[in-house]
Amino acid sequence: MATDIAPHATAAELPPPRTSVGPLAWLKQNLFATPKDTVLTILVVLFLLWVVPPLLRWAIFDATISGTTRDVCTFDGACWTVIKMRFGQLIYGLYPPEARWRVNLMAVLVVLSLVPLFLPWLKQKLLYGAGVLIVMPIVASLILEGGWGGLQQVETNLWGGLFLTLLISFVGIAASLPIGILLALGRRSNMPIIKALCVTLIEIVRGVPLITVLFMASVMLPLFFPPGWSIDKLTRALIGVSIFSGAYMAEVIRGGLQAIPKGQYEAANAMGLSYWQSMGLIILPQALRLVIPGIVNTFIGLFKDTSLVLIMGLYDLLGIARMIVASPEWLGRSIETYVAAGFGFWIFCYAMSRYSQRLERKLHTGHKH
Amino acid sequence: MSSGAMIQLDQVNKWYGQFHVLRNVNLSVEKGQKVVVCGPSGSGKSTMIRCINRLEEHQQGRIVVNGIELTSDVKNVDAIRREVGMVFQHFNLFPHLTVLENLTLAPIWVRKTPKTEAEETARHYLERVRIPEQADKYPGQLSGGQQQRVAIARALCMKPQIMLFDEPTSALDPEMVKEVLDTMVSLANEGMTMICVTHEMGFAKAVADFVVFMDKGEVVEQAAPTEFFGNPRSDRTRLFLSQILAH
Repeated sequence: MATDIAPHATAAELPPPRTSVGPLAWLKQNLFATPKDTVLTILVVLFLLWVVPPLLRWAIFDATISGTTRDVCTFDGACWTVIKMRFGQLIYGLYPPEARWRVNLMAVLVVLSLVPLFLPWLKQKLLYGAGVLIVMPIVASLILEGGWGGLQQVETNLWGGLFLTLLISFVGIAASLPIGILLALGRRSNMPIIKALCVTLIEIVRGVPLITVLFMASVMLPLFFPPGWSIDKLTRALIGVSIFSGAYMAEVIRGGLQAIPKGQYEAANAMGLSYWQSMGLIILPQALRLVIPGIVNTFIGLFKDTSLVLIMGLYDLLGIARMIVASPEWLGRSIETYVAAGFGFWIFCYAMSRYSQRLERKLHTGHKH
Repeated sequence: MSSGAMIQLDQVNKWYGQFHVLRNVNLSVEKGQKVVVCGPSGSGKSTMIRCINRLEEHQQGRIVVNGIELTSDVKNVDAIRREVGMVFQHFNLFPHLTVLENLTLAPIWVRKTPKTEAEETARHYLERVRIPEQADKYPGQLSGGQQQRVAIARALCMKPQIMLFDEPTSALDPEMVKEVLDTMVSLANEGMTMICVTHEMGFAKAVADFVVFMDKGEVVEQAAPTEFFGNPRSDRTRLFLSQILAH
């Protein structure tokens, strides 16, 4: 077996060949590697040349933004005047202009309250987050709804625009995670009654369109309250959205729970950790991190689905856009309005997506089972 | 309650569905004894030691650990798990926690040890398994042998009275088996009560007070290592030994 091993000199370290580095090599490798690649590249470039210039002409070069009425608009290019004039409505809905500072104040408070979550030295993040979740809704209703100490009362049916979209999705997102976690754990529980309850709730809510859930929340929920009792439309919408996204979240999280090897549960058990300890310290941190893309996907879906609160008579960003399009002063400028609303949605969805990618990289501890 | 044995199994039976995995298993381990359990795969050896800390549930017979009988009473199960450390074939370290966090988790949450004290203990045991410099790494950054030594240290941090090893070297690359076995030998020499499911016969010869041979769910033979290897009584043992020792 044994062959003699020749004394071995280490081969000299050479720079990579010219053809594999630099911009030309990149072009060759990525755009023109094979004849098929070359054809595809040329086709894509032609397509872009066909699409992009007219788009730019419409959106920028031939567009109007001056003036204050429809009269300045032409049909050669976009008329951003409508967005300029109705910007406040797109952001705040029908919230009285003189009280809009309260919405701004609330936005600042929300952002400030989130800052500690990003401080690396704060250890009790979960506790802090739970505290924020309890305190914030109270603060929000005090500031936004008013009606005390000289603050003008603003009914929730006047709330709207991007502000309402953000509010509903914030609450939906904040509520759907805990609801989803509890439902997912319940669905995997050994206790048959809890399991049956969770499965039933998840399957019913998931099997029904959000618009139906919202409709039921607005029509059926009041039936469960004693006569004379009522909760306002917005609260009902929030409850509907939270349960709906909670059920979706439960299935995403269940996927993560199932991906955790049995050995992790066994190690936690063998060390004497209780059920909630092993879930909270061992299983969920790993499971949630595995399904970050799915969680964010659900968030993004939820963010866009908030538009459906229109059927309850609430006007989110898209609802306000429709209202503007239907108003006589801006008849015919629907494209600009919808493009602007779409852009508003896109900015937030894209931000969420980028943040989730950053989170995934940060939480990756270099281990795959 | 019983004969003063640390671990006592009396006529233990267990089924997976229709399959009879443990058949009238009896075992008695005194404090400080080292027991090696071997046998062909599927013979029920892992199932047996996993019954001792109730990762598996037995259906008939009695298991008494450290004077406490294992019943469905959660309090008894918790009390036993606090005193029984376990090392798994696939390490089962927590990949999202650093080595130090892996070691201090159970002492902090189960034993309610203050964090600084738990960290001190953890560093002490990392020293003992000779990888103190890895404390702040994640398990995924360590070699298999290092991971298994961390797993041993993690179990020791709970200051258990009994250690269970479930094929601790079977998932390791050959060159890493020795470092793990060395750790186990030094632990044995300090008087720890140990039950090891393993095919490392060298280890059995070196430290075991007695060897248990299991086949098809029953204990076939139980003897001191010299007798077990030198003069096995049953044919099944002889067959097994000839297969495992004939390299």
